[in-house]
Amino acid sequence: MNRSGISRFFTSFPWFLLSLPALLLVWRLAADRVDNPVLLPSPNLVAESALELFGDGSLVADIKASLQRVFTGFFIASTLAVPLALLMAYFLPLRQLFLPLVTILRPIPPIAWIPLAILWFGLGDKPSYFITALAAFFPIFLNAFAGGIDVQPRHVHAARFLGAGRWLMVRHIYLMSALPHVWTGLRIGLGQSWMAVVTAELIAAQSGLGYMIQANRINLETQHVLTGMIVIGMLGALMTTALGWCERFVLPWKFQRQ
Amino acid sequence: MNVVNDQAEANTPSLRRAGQIDLREIAIHLPGKTRFEAVRNISAHIDAGEFVSIIGPSGCGKSTLLNAIAGYLAPSGGSLRVDGEAVTGPGPDRGMVFQHNSLFPWKTALHNVAFGLKMNGVGYRERLARAEEFLRLVGLTGFSDRYPAQLSGGMQQRVEIARALINNPRVVLMDEPFGALDAQTRERMQQLLLDIWGRFKPTVLFVTHDIDEALILSDRVLVMTCRPGQAREEIDIDLPRPRPENIVVSPEFIALKKRCLALVRDEARKSLIDGLEADRIQIPVEA
Ligand SMILES: Nc1ncnc2c1ncn2[C@@H]1O[C@H](COP(=O)(O)OP(=O)(O)OP(=O)(O)O)[C@@H](O)[C@H]1O
Ligand SMILES: [Mg+2]
Repeated sequence: MNRSGISRFFTSFPWFLLSLPALLLVWRLAADRVDNPVLLPSPNLVAESALELFGDGSLVADIKASLQRVFTGFFIASTLAVPLALLMAYFLPLRQLFLPLVTILRPIPPIAWIPLAILWFGLGDKPSYFITALAAFFPIFLNAFAGGIDVQPRHVHAARFLGAGRWLMVRHIYLMSALPHVWTGLRIGLGQSWMAVVTAELIAAQSGLGYMIQANRINLETQHVLTGMIVIGMLGALMTTALGWCERFVLPWKFQRQ
Repeated sequence: MNVVNDQAEANTPSLRRAGQIDLREIAIHLPGKTRFEAVRNISAHIDAGEFVSIIGPSGCGKSTLLNAIAGYLAPSGGSLRVDGEAVTGPGPDRGMVFQHNSLFPWKTALHNVAFGLKMNGVGYRERLARAEEFLRLVGLTGFSDRYPAQLSGGMQQRVEIARALINNPRVVLMDEPFGALDAQTRERMQQLLLDIWGRFKPTVLFVTHDIDEALILSDRVLVMTCRPGQAREEIDIDLPRPRPENIVVSPEFIALKKRCLALVRDEARKSLIDGLEADRIQIPVEA
């Protein structure tokens, strides 16, 4: 094999096929070495745990509970954040009224709201809705706001020349100009919401993946903890991938570059 | 398939809407700390269907004047009328072609062109058919489904022209529409514009830096002074139409060109001296 043949092999080999097996191998070796299933259960043990939790239906129930909280919170956040951000972008008084509040509230991490969430909403689904909505709100809001002020005067002028009235102008120019940013905000918001649900459930819930992890930690069932973590990672990756795939339908003009 | 013909029929003399532009002692001040006087006391009358170019040194207020006629800049004095009606804002009776790409990036070429019809309540099928026809007119058959980012600069400019013309505006305002194009594309676009103009006969007001371009296209050329922009001279271009390519070497053309060049140079020199004086720089004046 000559030099260029070797380098071609190195750049064209589907390395990503190796990443998971490599991780499993390292994990396996490390687990053998640690030799303590509470500190680091082996992959086999975790696989058994996953089958067990799937089998008795508890894992599916936890996944459902978490997903429901994420999507509810995410839905609340988007229906509030997008219109509010756009209105603030388009109306100066609203912007001046709300922007200082947003600036102060934004740096407070969702986890810091958990005590208040429990005090206000008790335990159960409601505080989790509050936390997931809060986590999604700011990325959605800030991106939608950036989208709102991104409208180009030349597009507005052109549309006015072509006879666009107020409503058509909003729909075809303002909203379309904002859409790429809004979409980015929704994508980030969903991710943040997913991370926050686990946090919320660790503390303030009786079901869900976060709760499951917490309960098993106390029982020293580390293989279940790892199963929960892996499921969280895979579902998060799945959401990101699904949204990435949807993008070509939401923003088709960003996808046709040649 | 007869969409364009139908349009042309709508323009038969009896039905023909006018497109006269009347500028009377227009003054334009631009907002700012010191109200900047951009245009001073310009009067002009442009007939329906006339093709008029505006030339003048850079910064003399050509774009400003055009924007006022377009309606998104209110003059501070004088009266500005299109077909006897005072201009109060942009509207579909006037079409504007901008120098810089103003196509909607989120719409395909076809939907960009069809946009004006949609805004005026034309049904889906009809407006797409007409937009297709206009794309054909500007030589872009087969590019309907491309987004602006997938088109070359010249193609984008052609879509822009098709979009501005589809509402069949009485007045077409163009601010250096071909300024960013290479020489060959530019020439093709000029011919295309003349074709379309001949077909629909809108009034065209065309701002350009290029004197050749002004002479090849126009019935009349308005030369503006350096700022604040005033009307320096109006020159009738009574070259026969259609104008062949070699007209640029004809004695009449060259004479007109010399005249325009002299005027523009003179104004440009003045504006340079103005600028230098404003900066309190002394330059020795040579003979
Ligand atoms: N927003 C503004 N505020 C203040 N002054 C402005 C503004 N825009 C332009 N000007 C000034 O107004 C004058 C006229 O500008 P305008 O754009 O009409 O010139 P122009 O003739 O189109 O120039 P060019 O040929 O370079 O495009 C210029 O001297 C410019 O400095
Ligand atoms: Mg200009």
